Amino acid sequence: MITLEKVSFTYRSGQRALQEIDLNLEGGDFIAIMGENGAGKTTLAKHLNGLLKPSQGRVLVDGEDTRKVSVAKLSRKVGLVFQNPDHLLFSETVKEEVAFGLKNFGFAADVVDNQVIRTLEALGLSEYAETSPFLLSGGERKRVALAAILATEPDYLILDEPTIGQDYQQKERLRNFILQLYSQGKAVVMITHDVEFVAESNPKVVLLSQGKILARGPADSILSKDELVKKASLVRPQMSRLFGELAKYGLPSDVVDVHRARILLEEKLSEAKVRVAQNS
Amino acid sequence: MSLRTLEGFKFSTLKTPVHLLDPRTKFLIVIAVLVPALLFANIYVMIALLLSQLPLLLVGKVARRWALSLRAGVFLSALIFVVNLFTGSYLSAIALTLRFLVLLTSFSLFFMTTSPDDLGLALDRIGAVRWLSRRWLGYPNALSFTFTTAVRLVPTLAVDAQTVVDAQRSRGLELDKGNLLKRVRNYIPILIPLLLIAIRRSLELAEALESRGFPGKEGRTSLFQLKLRPVDYAIIAFSLAIIGISFWVYFHYKIPVL
Amino acid sequence: MANAPREIIIAKNLGFQYVGARRAAIQGIDLSIRENEFILLTGPSGCGKTSLCRCLNGLIPNFYQGEWTGELLVDGLSVTTQLTSELSRRVGYVFQNPENQLFALTVEKDIAFGPENLGLSREEIRRRVDEAMNVTGTLPLKDLAPYELSGGQQQRVALAGVLAMKPSVIVLDEPTSFLDPRTAEEVMRATDDLRRELGLTIVVVEHRLDLVARYAERIVVMDAGKIVADGDLEETLDEKFDLLEGLGVGVPRVSLLWTMLRRDGLVSGKVPTHVESAASSLGGMMNQ
Repeated sequence: MITLEKVSFTYRSGQRALQEIDLNLEGGDFIAIMGENGAGKTTLAKHLNGLLKPSQGRVLVDGEDTRKVSVAKLSRKVGLVFQNPDHLLFSETVKEEVAFGLKNFGFAADVVDNQVIRTLEALGLSEYAETSPFLLSGGERKRVALAAILATEPDYLILDEPTIGQDYQQKERLRNFILQLYSQGKAVVMITHDVEFVAESNPKVVLLSQGKILARGPADSILSKDELVKKASLVRPQMSRLFGELAKYGLPSDVVDVHRARILLEEKLSEAKVRVAQNS
Repeated sequence: MSLRTLEGFKFSTLKTPVHLLDPRTKFLIVIAVLVPALLFANIYVMIALLLSQLPLLLVGKVARRWALSLRAGVFLSALIFVVNLFTGSYLSAIALTLRFLVLLTSFSLFFMTTSPDDLGLALDRIGAVRWLSRRWLGYPNALSFTFTTAVRLVPTLAVDAQTVVDAQRSRGLELDKGNLLKRVRNYIPILIPLLLIAIRRSLELAEALESRGFPGKEGRTSLFQLKLRPVDYAIIAFSLAIIGISFWVYFHYKIPVL
Repeated sequence: MANAPREIIIAKNLGFQYVGARRAAIQGIDLSIRENEFILLTGPSGCGKTSLCRCLNGLIPNFYQGEWTGELLVDGLSVTTQLTSELSRRVGYVFQNPENQLFALTVEKDIAFGPENLGLSREEIRRRVDEAMNVTGTLPLKDLAPYELSGGQQQRVALAGVLAMKPSVIVLDEPTSFLDPRTAEEVMRATDDLRRELGLTIVVVEHRLDLVARYAERIVVMDAGKIVADGDLEETLDEKFDLLEGLGVGVPRVSLLWTMLRRDGLVSGKVPTHVESAASSLGGMMNQ
């Protein structure tokens, strides 16, 4: 479990980035951290693997205070996937790239090879094993970066804006992959402002605004509240806005997912059909 | 030597009389300090040159950051002093150390009070730069533009550098461990992504540039222009006088160290 | 009888293959765009939408080398015979990454950059810069440096810089990718407002249809370098919904919802493309 106890962080420039954050993360969790640009989302993420140490409060990863452990050691448990894959890629082949973390953590050569093969397969990158990562498309490079972090099988996975620039199919694949990961017992944290993706994936949402936690709860209750969503510079998901307009028909307001919307509407529309049949 | 020392050379957006001087004027001031500083090794001359720049530092409101750049120079100054103790008298060591500080101050003052934009504009007007630019790059304003773009990219790439370091540390890279060879090799995962990111940014910038009509067929015009005002002319005249007098004295007298 | 607006972009069998690429990025493109249209260009990653956009302002073939086939006329000019610098007077391009399209050290100088390249007089440049800043609301930012701006501000400044060239067409290539949803909507609305005010033709490349559906009347869908659908947005979503879904295009959730309900026979009528039209259509269905 990762625990943040009253974590506050101020940059050297004096800018206050985080204020008294309390948060728990354990295996099987799927959390989306959302908020406006500059709310402190990435700053928060960097506290989870020790890149940043709190100015006040403390961060415990499996009982260890991050101020007492090196980033390298914490990275074995906490995998942080940065937004832009180009900040990571430097190897001659995809295989070497994915092996980098494993080598840094001192795994034996045969273990490294096996893990690389397994991870590449899991992410559909096996055909590119001997390709230079720089020749791949943007979406493929993003997957290579993800593979590079996943290869070491961290218990906690943090994804910083994984859906930017991805088309719908790529996002679907990502969603299924995340589902696999947290049902395997890992903890997955996603930093995102992609409201529709969150609406369809149903994680627990932590809303950050100006360094403070504004609200936390299930996606459908958080994302359907106008005042919260506005403060975080987000927009309510389409379903929520639709149901907002249809409130006078007695429909609930906390709907964000298409499938639940469909079921609710099916009821009302069937009723209407029956009425039409009766009146004619 | 931390990055804080670079603060002593960073431009600050203020509107002091020194800032408002034409960059060419300020450059001539640098020359007017450089020439006597290099021609002579006299302690009094050095002190005079140092003191004469103080009013400029104060009027330009950059005195505090100048003090920071001096702090940065402490190590090098000490080195210069010690080295010269061995090769000459202790008086010459003092003089040469002072000379280093004079030069440091002069450049620091210039860069703190001249915006890279204005520098670019000034470079654009210098015939030699335009000629060189036309020969190397095909357009007269390309060279000065290269300069301003480089300056514009520095803060962006600094952030990129930090991000790359963070990203690789998150994969277990330890930059402060191991023998010298290992440490140097550990910088490869930092330098390669950074280089590629810089190249990618430059290519995207180039695309955007072309999309805004750069460099244009008819020859560029400019919204902003540099104007030499009376105070500029006065200072230019004064600087040229100093330079002239320095050379004249140099060729006619032998000035001792003290 | 009103005259139809003139065709401002005409592509005939347009194709392009980058140097060293295994297949053509775009091929057999036949496209006609009329003045003042708001076109949504979409398709799965790698379908060629960005390549098509690059042809519109001459980045292809001037900046990107390769093999060109077919014809492309933009505002009467044939693209293959013009330099990008000439075409940029007619077609403005706003890129995906806000930061990499601002080159000067202040906002004001950046906006002036384009007109300066056109060799205009100082007075004319001044006029255009002021106008562009007013129309995009970037006047308060004029002395700031690009790295001091938020993503949304950067995109507005980029837009201002493009407007100062007084183009007739503006191409925006996934301009909101890096922006939060609220800012993204503002940028899209501002773009449409400008289109109406200044009579511009707008081409937006976007994966997320719901962002643009309110403003775009026409959609062009690409796959593997070819155009696979081209027509009125509502009609195309209505008739070709399965094709779009199959391609992995991010159809608006309300459209998906309606299609599902329609398949079950619970609603009838055209597929709505955004929340307001969906609400009124559904409301109508439930009022019966």
